[in-house]
Amino acid sequence: MRNVIAACTVVVLLAAVAWLGLSRMQSAWHGVDEAVVEKFAREAGRPPREPFINTDQGDLLLFVFLLAGTAGGFVGGYYFRELFSRKA
Amino acid sequence: MSKKHALVMIAGLVLLPAPAFAMHISEGILPAPWAGLWFAVSIPFVFWGLRQVKARALLDAKSKALVALVGSAVFIISCMPVPVPTAGTCSHPCGTGLAAILIGPGPTFVVTSVALLLQALFLAHGGLTTLGADIVSMGVVGGLAGYGVFRVLCGVKVSPVLAAFAAGVLSDWATYATTSFQLASALHGSGSLWAMFVAILVAFIPTQLPLGIFEGFLAAGAYRFIRSRRPELLEPLAVRVHEQGAEA
Repeated sequence: MRNVIAACTVVVLLAAVAWLGLSRMQSAWHGVDEAVVEKFAREAGRPPREPFINTDQGDLLLFVFLLAGTAGGFVGGYYFRELFSRKA
Repeated sequence: MSKKHALVMIAGLVLLPAPAFAMHISEGILPAPWAGLWFAVSIPFVFWGLRQVKARALLDAKSKALVALVGSAVFIISCMPVPVPTAGTCSHPCGTGLAAILIGPGPTFVVTSVALLLQALFLAHGGLTTLGADIVSMGVVGGLAGYGVFRVLCGVKVSPVLAAFAAGVLSDWATYATTSFQLASALHGSGSLWAMFVAILVAFIPTQLPLGIFEGFLAAGAYRFIRSRRPELLEPLAVRVHEQGAEA
């Protein structure tokens, strides 16, 4: 029961911090590529062009990032277990 | 760290990745001669790294598992967006400072190249023409800076965990300084290279200053965890010798 209460407290605190932070800040949370790299490149007349394989279309990018995260997480978890399992 | 905590940490890493763009130079930004130059600079480092991975695997089969683990960590860390409230932007850590102190700079060049290639091919993250420049900034400079700082600090008897923290911080900052130089050298035109370099570097500071410190904590935590659980994994790089010296 103590664990459930602790987990609920963490979730409520995180939600409060996220709500307060996001509702008060006017930031667009762009990546620094857009805010810095592409800004300077455009000013110099070298704007970026589309990637050769453009997965940045609609929700497709979210899907490939999810796949990449899953694959990377699986590989990481597999070798983590091999190296750091208490039985190793 | 218990097994449960480790599983939660891995689950977090799996769930966190989402589109984020930062030090990666996007497709088409660098003119062809500059893109070619950075490819030429990166290739010898990557080949040297491949030879090191092969040589170490012959001596210790476990080294491949550590390289794979670190490679997956670099891949995930370098596409993990971290919101920086002080700047109102997002950026990602690089993970190459940590990688270099765990597996050495050579293998770090290799895992970074693989991570950046996959990101450029499938995640619209970086570019194929700018891959050489991205390998040099994140893999070569980030890896060498992290490794160099760690070895120097351990050599002067600084605590290895503190040295790992400094390696994480400085490898991140060195990566972004290199990206600034790559952009400025290719794009300054008739203007001053130095002025453009400083302008880009200053523009990175609000995001990368705190993010570099975050990367330092990441590196120190991971190093401390491995040292406490499997110190023998650090033996091939002989960092334990330095540790004993530092702790003496």
